[in-house]
Amino acid sequence: MSLWKIAWRSIQQRRLSSLLTGFSMALGVALVILVLVIYGVVDDRFHEGGEGYHLIVGAKGGKLQLVLNTVFHLSQPIENVPYSVYKEFTAGKFASSTELAVPCCMGDSYQAGGQTFRVVGTTPDMFDKLPAGYTEKGEPRPYRFQSGGRNFKHENFFEAVIGSVVANVSGLKVGDSFQPAHGIVEEGEDPHVHDDFKIVGILEPSGTPNDRALFVNMEGFYLLEDHSKPASKSTPQTDHADEHAHDAHDHDAAHAHDETHDHEHAPPAQSNEEPQERDGAPPEPAAAIGVTDSVETTQQPARDEHGHDEHGHDDHAHGEHDHGAHAHDHHGHDHHAHHEPLPESQREVTAILVVASNTMGMESLLAQQMFTMINEGQEAQAVFPTKEVHDLFATVVGPVQLILLILSMLIVVVAGIGIMVSIYNTMSERGHEIAVMRALGAGRGTVMAIVLFESILLSLAGGLAGVLLGHAMIGLASPYVVNQTGVTLHMFQFDWKELALIPGLVALATLVGFIPALAAYRTDVSKSLTARP
Amino acid sequence: MALVKSPKTLQNRLASRSLPPSYFPDFDSHLGLAPMLLLQGVKKTFVDAAAARLPILDIEHFATAAGEQMVVRGRSGSGKTTLLHVIAGISRADAGKVEIDGVDITRLPEAGRDRFRADKIGYIFQTFNLLPAFSALENVLLGMSFSGGRADRARAIGLLEQVGLKHRMDHSPQKLSVGEQQRVAVARALANRPKLLLADEPTANVDPANQQQIVDLIRQRCEDEKIALVLVTHETEVAEQFDRVETIESFNQVLSNS
Repeated sequence: MSLWKIAWRSIQQRRLSSLLTGFSMALGVALVILVLVIYGVVDDRFHEGGEGYHLIVGAKGGKLQLVLNTVFHLSQPIENVPYSVYKEFTAGKFASSTELAVPCCMGDSYQAGGQTFRVVGTTPDMFDKLPAGYTEKGEPRPYRFQSGGRNFKHENFFEAVIGSVVANVSGLKVGDSFQPAHGIVEEGEDPHVHDDFKIVGILEPSGTPNDRALFVNMEGFYLLEDHSKPASKSTPQTDHADEHAHDAHDHDAAHAHDETHDHEHAPPAQSNEEPQERDGAPPEPAAAIGVTDSVETTQQPARDEHGHDEHGHDDHAHGEHDHGAHAHDHHGHDHHAHHEPLPESQREVTAILVVASNTMGMESLLAQQMFTMINEGQEAQAVFPTKEVHDLFATVVGPVQLILLILSMLIVVVAGIGIMVSIYNTMSERGHEIAVMRALGAGRGTVMAIVLFESILLSLAGGLAGVLLGHAMIGLASPYVVNQTGVTLHMFQFDWKELALIPGLVALATLVGFIPALAAYRTDVSKSLTARP
Repeated sequence: MALVKSPKTLQNRLASRSLPPSYFPDFDSHLGLAPMLLLQGVKKTFVDAAAARLPILDIEHFATAAGEQMVVRGRSGSGKTTLLHVIAGISRADAGKVEIDGVDITRLPEAGRDRFRADKIGYIFQTFNLLPAFSALENVLLGMSFSGGRADRARAIGLLEQVGLKHRMDHSPQKLSVGEQQRVAVARALANRPKLLLADEPTANVDPANQQQIVDLIRQRCEDEKIALVLVTHETEVAEQFDRVETIESFNQVLSNS
């Protein structure tokens, strides 16, 4: 009979005591597992979320805020930057250094299931050209759409794609429509809703924050009420002064406008690049729209002038624009079919995701050059998202995780001490048992080893139960976590650091088992044998 | 150390240590066999709580031949159990020699004594001392676990069969009667094919109906396997069944001088 089996039988003999001490160890280890796995997943998701592009360009302000808002749909948007900043990457001074620039317009939201999801206006490139993440081999993992879905089309202004979590929580399906609410509406607030967008695709779960967002065609986003930059504030693209100070989502200001609807907008010179075709209509260069940029009226949303006055949609109450009553009459998207794209002079973007050109493998250098040049200017700032995420983890998340890890380790140590106390308390009653083994020929080292093995077995059994418990808790919490954060947790998500638990527990058990083992070692055989058991 | 193969050899060896052959009259005259157990000049003293030294054993000579079965009698507190502990190497003699199968165990380090005990000595306790966490079979296997060889499961089962408990080998000691427990203890003591079996009041806690059964069992197994037996008892009915019966007072000078 092996010493392990002898030790195991000893554990079995004190079933209740062993169960309790093992359970305390299991709880400690489960906490360690939770901290390790959750931190690992959060770390992966955050770092993965910041990958796929080199720079994020947005209004000057908090760098981390720009990253959190753009990539992770957290925090609030800083401000907007003029559309001309975006144009620098497509047709301006940064065009030659840029492989891809994806604009993001933020500030709207959608409520469902008691949760608030962000609505992002962007271009189809977001899903066609940017990766959802990377495989373990480092290969780009593209976004995929659930069965029957597709990406929204450039020319269909009021199409949208939604994340998998949004779909799960809201019950929205392909073919359904939704109305974004103006601003980031918190639960309980009365939302000021926009016109509706038709959902043409639902993203497969990507494990990214985008699972918790709704993406609408930027052209449609611009045409929504209050989403155009007031004409009086629109500036020539060469004049970027004070642009970032404009708040495109100033709801009160937007509601205060006069609604005269009789002004005309002139398209900017570069405005012939954005979508020209709407809902199947032939593309129409913005330059040919026939409006001027030298507007006379102020605070006039372009949507109103184009959408209602020109096309006479009488069935809409927009003629008077009673926003307090939200008297929109939504009849699908027909009323948008004849909208013209918003002139570029009235456009703003919240952020731009920039992929540097890989010409001659100089993408890092080019990204650095753009980073420097943009940050030297007054109009916008550029950040390296991976650096910001790294800094966030290094300065905030990492230390917090370390503290949590230390606390849960302490719980494991306390559980280990519990094992020591439990075994040690049995030593007086086990003195006779040990003496019998000694009389049968077991040496001091042998009985010492049996007690140590007992400690190790209790620790490992408790630890194994803790690993299972921890992963079971992760599995149980997974649906809630996915719905709340978009981060997918799998029951068997494994962190390699868990392997360190095995030698760690053995070392701990050996340490805490040493004192009772020493008591076993010192057992006076003759005395214990003559004492009544 | 060479094993003692014959009385002649032993005498020669003893003679070489300047001890006259007449020093061992019992050995030659009564047995004519090589000693399996030999105690010479063994002293054992305990120190009580008041730091007073309390002599327990002072044995000039005590010997048992291979295969011999003998009884040691004595009143309670006369040092019978201490004697067995010293013989088994559980307690170390303060002085003297304890030679078993030719090996002076007082010269062995503690670990050596433990291993020697596991290999050569079987021990039956008055209170059986079966470990409650283990089944009857496992208690027997436990006796094999601390010797050098592998636990022989077949022999353990065979021994339980010989003591009539094969059908109860998976039962825990708590589920066995007192008599059955002592029979398991006998099987455990025999597990490693010992050369010497020490039995400390093996029938003291057994009901009268089982006493004779236990004694017969022990004697039969020792006879079959040529095991020397030193059985300590204060029960006359048990002692009367043995050819050689010694009172501890007869060879323990602590008692004879008091």
